Amino acid sequence: MFTMGIDVGSASSKVVILKDGETIAAAEVVQIGTGSSGPKRALDQALSKTGLKMEDIAKTVATGYGRFAYEGADKQISEISCHAKGIYHLIPTTRTIIDIGGQDAKAIKLDAKGHVKQFYMNDKCAAGTGRFLDVMSRVLEISIEEMAEYSARAANPATVSSTCTVFAESEVISQLSKGIAKENIIAGVHQSVASKACALLYRAGVEEDIVMSGGVAKNQGVVDAISRELKKPVKVAPNPQTTGALGAALFAYEEAKRS
Amino acid sequence: MSELNLESMSAKQLLAYYSEKAYQDANEAHKNGKLICWSASVAPSEFCDAMDICTVYPENHAAAIGARKGSPALLELAEKKGYSIDCCSYARVNFGYLELLKEEALTGVTPQALADAPADRLPLPDLVITCNNLCNTLLKWYENLAAELHIPCIVIDVPFNHTVPMPQYAKDYVKSQFQYAIEQLEQICGRPFDYDKFLEVQKQAQRSVAAWDRVAKMTSYKPSPMNGFDFFNYMALIVCARSKKDSEIVFNKLADELEEKLKKGEYAFGDNEKFRFTWEGIACWPYLGHTFKSLRSLGVLLTGSGYPGMWSLHYTPGNMDEMAEAYASIYTNVALPEKVDAIGKVIEGGKCDGIAYHINRSCKIMSFLTVETADMVKEKTKVPFVTFDGDQTDPSNFSPAQFDTRVQALAEMMEQEAAEKDKKAQ
Repeated sequence: MFTMGIDVGSASSKVVILKDGETIAAAEVVQIGTGSSGPKRALDQALSKTGLKMEDIAKTVATGYGRFAYEGADKQISEISCHAKGIYHLIPTTRTIIDIGGQDAKAIKLDAKGHVKQFYMNDKCAAGTGRFLDVMSRVLEISIEEMAEYSARAANPATVSSTCTVFAESEVISQLSKGIAKENIIAGVHQSVASKACALLYRAGVEEDIVMSGGVAKNQGVVDAISRELKKPVKVAPNPQTTGALGAALFAYEEAKRS
Repeated sequence: MSELNLESMSAKQLLAYYSEKAYQDANEAHKNGKLICWSASVAPSEFCDAMDICTVYPENHAAAIGARKGSPALLELAEKKGYSIDCCSYARVNFGYLELLKEEALTGVTPQALADAPADRLPLPDLVITCNNLCNTLLKWYENLAAELHIPCIVIDVPFNHTVPMPQYAKDYVKSQFQYAIEQLEQICGRPFDYDKFLEVQKQAQRSVAAWDRVAKMTSYKPSPMNGFDFFNYMALIVCARSKKDSEIVFNKLADELEEKLKKGEYAFGDNEKFRFTWEGIACWPYLGHTFKSLRSLGVLLTGSGYPGMWSLHYTPGNMDEMAEAYASIYTNVALPEKVDAIGKVIEGGKCDGIAYHINRSCKIMSFLTVETADMVKEKTKVPFVTFDGDQTDPSNFSPAQFDTRVQALAEMMEQEAAEKDKKAQ
């Protein structure tokens, strides 16, 4: 039996097709999100990769910011529950999740059974999210993919003290004009994201294993900065952008078994 | 209005009738030269009522404007006047409205924005009365109103309750504040305070509060015949007509209707009451419909809220010690353990499965303690909680999608808890 999870985010669309609630048959990411062609493209890619048709899919669960805008789902489930489900499936020792996506960051506390016990999300502000990194990447003229590499070379990390993305952008421009090395500025940017993420983590309660997911988890510079701040190891979920879609596909499997 | 048959009207119709009447009476009183007072929402209304001063409530008025989506224009006016967006949005709506009333009074021409404001007209005040039992913004807000209009400002200063029960010296201090307010009113009105009428007003206030309590009790039934969002609609009268017969009539009518529904097995969500929750904090008035619909789609019924309960002010008429304690001990003016205890009782009373805390950009007193409060309430009650960002009347501080995600996650947590309980029971 095949089930599908679709995570329609603000900045990307992710689809996972699951076979018998266990094997990932496809996990596709398209880097544009809700309101765009992204969800359909991710879906088409996943179907094409598996050679399946929509009628072969027993159930579909949608999650993410655009979960209600996607019309093909049997059910919508919040991204909090879906990330928890997906990550616990991959790493059952997970007790704390930090997920940083395009426009939100969330800290989720799990119990030993993988149930959500508490969660906190960022307030109505882009600080500490993927969008913050996007803005800095543009100002620094360094691609998102290169940022981790740059921060690893930082000899003397700068401090980016502003919380507000707009103020932080000015701060970074000012540091650039003072001739501070981009490596050091990027390390400061990563530290800024980490400190916002850790504020959420401390509120939810930190317990190992700590696992990071979301698009920002692909940036090792941020993962390392969070680990330094917490003084604890931080694991990265395999294929971290698709853990929400995986959780949705697992919920879809449970739904299909019930019906 | 005398042609209306009040007996045959529903509680909803009566609410609309008496809410409108409160403003009509105030405007009529203003025309006839009677004194008009603008009052903070939990300032004691009994003193002005005893002196036949017509009282209106800017917080209530701002909430109504917010609910009818009219706040942005007034918020912008207040911001132009220099009020920071970090100030309470009730205050900013009121200051925007004040500017329009002043312009009308000075020019004789009604500004279009005033004509367009989607609320009953507030007459300009002759005095203001405030009380810091709710927050300290109310002091500066009302002092500002008085300064802008060159009118008297009566302040009932109450000490914060670091301990319970409230010590006698604190009650004595509040009573001295009451006494000073009485002296100020005698001076403003040019006649002695009417203690006989004051006692009658106190008695009426207690009858109204008893009727409000009858309504509040209705969400304790499971399933509930009452949708708790109605607290937010009906509370207009416990705020602005607390010491009038009008509120008693409406609340008793509503309680009668709900008791009837309960007898017939008619419930707020029919057969779809999956979970019950407490809304902690002020409503997001501009998004009242959205927040309700979002929760209803999840089968989550509001059955607890501490905010409307703030006006459940109990005292024995004639007993000023009790009156002082009632007004000074509302849950925004007590130490954290007492606040936690009060919220715990709301959760217990409403048989709630979860709680959502409104982190209200406008209301520092109800929001800044939330992180600590939420952890302590969780420890005490074990029910899951979420927080969401919003604002009571500034629509720019609320994101519908973020709210939906948080409450959906709360519903999923409540479902998980229920499944675990079922498993244990088997």
